[in-house]
Amino acid sequence: MKRRAFIKTGVGAGLAAGATTMLGGFGRLSAWPGPAGELPYDLVAVKGGEPDRMFDKAIDTLGGMQAFVKKGQSVVVKPNIGWDVSPERAGNTNPLLVKRIIQHCLAAGASMVYVFDNTCDKWDQCYVTSGIKQAVSDAGGKMVPGNQESYYQQVDIKMGKKLRSAKVHELILQSDVFINVPVIKHHSSAGLTLSMKNLMGVVWDRMFWHRNDLQQCIADYATFTRKPDLNVVDAYRILTRNGPRGVSPADVSLQKQLLLSTDMVAVDAAAARIFGKEPNDIGHIRIAEQMGVGRSDLNSLKINKIIL
Amino acid sequence: MKQAWLKNIRKVLAIVFFVFTLFIFLDFTGLIPQHVDHRMTFIQFTPSLIEFIHLLRITSLGFLIVIVLTLLFGRVYCSVLCPAGIFQDVVIFIHRKIRKKRRFRHLKTRNMLRLTILAVIVISVAAGSMALVNLLDPYSLFGRITVELFRPVAIAVNNLLALIFESFNNYSFKPVEIRSFTAGPFIIAMLFLGILVIFPLLSGRQYCNTICPVGTILGYLSKFSLYRFRLDQVQCTQCGDCMFTCKAGCIDIKNRTVDHSRCIACFNCLTVCSARGVHYAPSLKKTTGDVSMGKTDLSKRNFLLTMALLLGSLVSVSGQHRHRQGGQDRGKRLQGGGHDVLPVSPPGSVSHHHFTRACTGCFLCVSACPTQVLQPRLAAYGWEGLFQPVMDYRVSFCNYDCVVCTEVCPTSALLSLTVDEKKQVQLGKARFIRRECIVHTKNTACGACSEHCPTKAVQMVPYISGLTIPEVTPDICIGCGACEYACPTDPKAIVVDANPIHLTAMLPDETKEEEEIDYKEEFPF
Repeated sequence: MKRRAFIKTGVGAGLAAGATTMLGGFGRLSAWPGPAGELPYDLVAVKGGEPDRMFDKAIDTLGGMQAFVKKGQSVVVKPNIGWDVSPERAGNTNPLLVKRIIQHCLAAGASMVYVFDNTCDKWDQCYVTSGIKQAVSDAGGKMVPGNQESYYQQVDIKMGKKLRSAKVHELILQSDVFINVPVIKHHSSAGLTLSMKNLMGVVWDRMFWHRNDLQQCIADYATFTRKPDLNVVDAYRILTRNGPRGVSPADVSLQKQLLLSTDMVAVDAAAARIFGKEPNDIGHIRIAEQMGVGRSDLNSLKINKIIL
Repeated sequence: MKQAWLKNIRKVLAIVFFVFTLFIFLDFTGLIPQHVDHRMTFIQFTPSLIEFIHLLRITSLGFLIVIVLTLLFGRVYCSVLCPAGIFQDVVIFIHRKIRKKRRFRHLKTRNMLRLTILAVIVISVAAGSMALVNLLDPYSLFGRITVELFRPVAIAVNNLLALIFESFNNYSFKPVEIRSFTAGPFIIAMLFLGILVIFPLLSGRQYCNTICPVGTILGYLSKFSLYRFRLDQVQCTQCGDCMFTCKAGCIDIKNRTVDHSRCIACFNCLTVCSARGVHYAPSLKKTTGDVSMGKTDLSKRNFLLTMALLLGSLVSVSGQHRHRQGGQDRGKRLQGGGHDVLPVSPPGSVSHHHFTRACTGCFLCVSACPTQVLQPRLAAYGWEGLFQPVMDYRVSFCNYDCVVCTEVCPTSALLSLTVDEKKQVQLGKARFIRRECIVHTKNTACGACSEHCPTKAVQMVPYISGLTIPEVTPDICIGCGACEYACPTDPKAIVVDANPIHLTAMLPDETKEEEEIDYKEEFPF
């Protein structure tokens, strides 16, 4: 906020007043209202279709994207774009899914849809090779860099045990709606990477997490007040081994599934089952539930299961 | 005869070559395809000569074209192709815009100094060190100046524009972070920038006519060039206009002679002469208007001997690596830490021995490297060469699918590799140091090294209380440094030990487990 405001003031001073209308959705702090009212389901699971069609079905049963995005709101979509690998390698979120989500947001009246990740491989190459840059531009969204520390702002994580503060990308803090779009992958550090682990890509200093009890830090960050308004878990192709980067297409399984929930713990628990693991075996899912982030008891949840 | 058009052609070509060369060194966006880089650098004398000697390839005959051009037209390399030369011309041009009355004078020849410098370079090469060639080669030193000094400025401007545009919600500029800085190459680049600015201000192309080894070699050849400048013994009024404009200081107006070894073929004298007193014409026999390299000159025979020695020593040092087992015994310099370790040399460099003998330190690969893992150093491999870059895994790591550096290298120091070939070139091997590892010291989960490993040469294996700990399979490790870079501890719990001779890694296992998926099956919850 400060950085933007500073530059804007500086540059704006030299420009005609009319130009300030270009600033659009920025500059106002939103109260993150979240979805209006009760949703009909805690979790939606879809199987057997292409990524875009599965998302159409799933969002429809939650009342459409209008339930999450109001007219004129700004949206930030955070896929996993960590690696310089092609979509077939399942190292990143499926580009077709990202494209579809953006289209739904814009159709619901979003003023702007931003997409970024703080990548592991070289960021601009990841954006291109993942196919996501093209998908975003085709859908009419905006691909934004995450490679400079200056984009990240210090926040307190009041409930955090190990992770008490973090630098978070300004778009996460400023956008009205935050949609988290991980892909299910085997992960050499965290066991699995799902929706909570995907949020490691919205902070600047990931290495702190690695140094200070990774599973605890993942759960700690999940307690941060700016939670995703919606989590869309891509399980179209999943990386069954050698994750999170994968070595070859032999590591990939074509599962054709998709999960949707506002509860990160619930959606991660279901995702773990799809992968073939018990939610409780994944450290951060267990800890996050204990910390009250969400519910992992899948039997007690209202789940809409759709097989196409 | 007025041949003003010659100067105009020279100017246009020089600007075209200069701008392109500048641009390939500045390019931080990867905008220019690598093969374009290679086309632009192919004509550069020293890199091309070294590449030819190492590869004996017909495609590296750029230096021969330069020699032929010199024998036909004089030192057009120096006035059209050499980026350091054109840079000095730019300095002179600006200086003249400021001080209109700027006049050059005839300069005495410094042939003893000139040939001594060349001889010292030749002896150093014969003794097995490329250091002086790297230090003084005009193409390479210009590359270093651009990468070390001009490129950061270009990046800063880009980042400022990115910042401004971003505040208006426009992300068309990509911000670039400069990830590391090494003082040695920077200071020397500053020093040579100083030389390339001060020398031309004081006395024109003195660097080219005294210090530059390429200038000396081509200068000698240009004494025999077909087209030469002569002052007309009858028409010349000795007004001195040509002398005043001569950057090389090679026109002796009193005696109406031109020192062809120092003439850089800029054609300025032709344009300013108001009396048809300067000719640029074929002259097969020596005319009275010529002077040789001067009375104090070492004889032709000595020069040819020097040249033969230069070629001989370049060839012999290039051949040595076929017999010797690399440079394990040499170049034990540190690459950033506090203890002596062998530096990791870039992909395509074959061995430290090959690399140190072929790399002129132009930093084109440093500039082109997308991840910035290639970092400039002063003498990382010992004094066999200067400015030869290293893979610095504290700064970044080598992208698994990238071969950009091997494609841009103009000297064959980095031999071209396909992506598939490169994926098996083992630059070094990862070594796990358990006592530093988070999993061991804190009993908490990590695995950043294994996450980043592109071949899974670093795997997480079961450890105590449900944790997993890294294990290295050296056979499939390619030494890309992703693990070392990603390791969050200090000191690092996993490091890459350099292979002084690159080896071939095994391919990772890519067998797919059979699976049959029923997309109608119920969900597991």
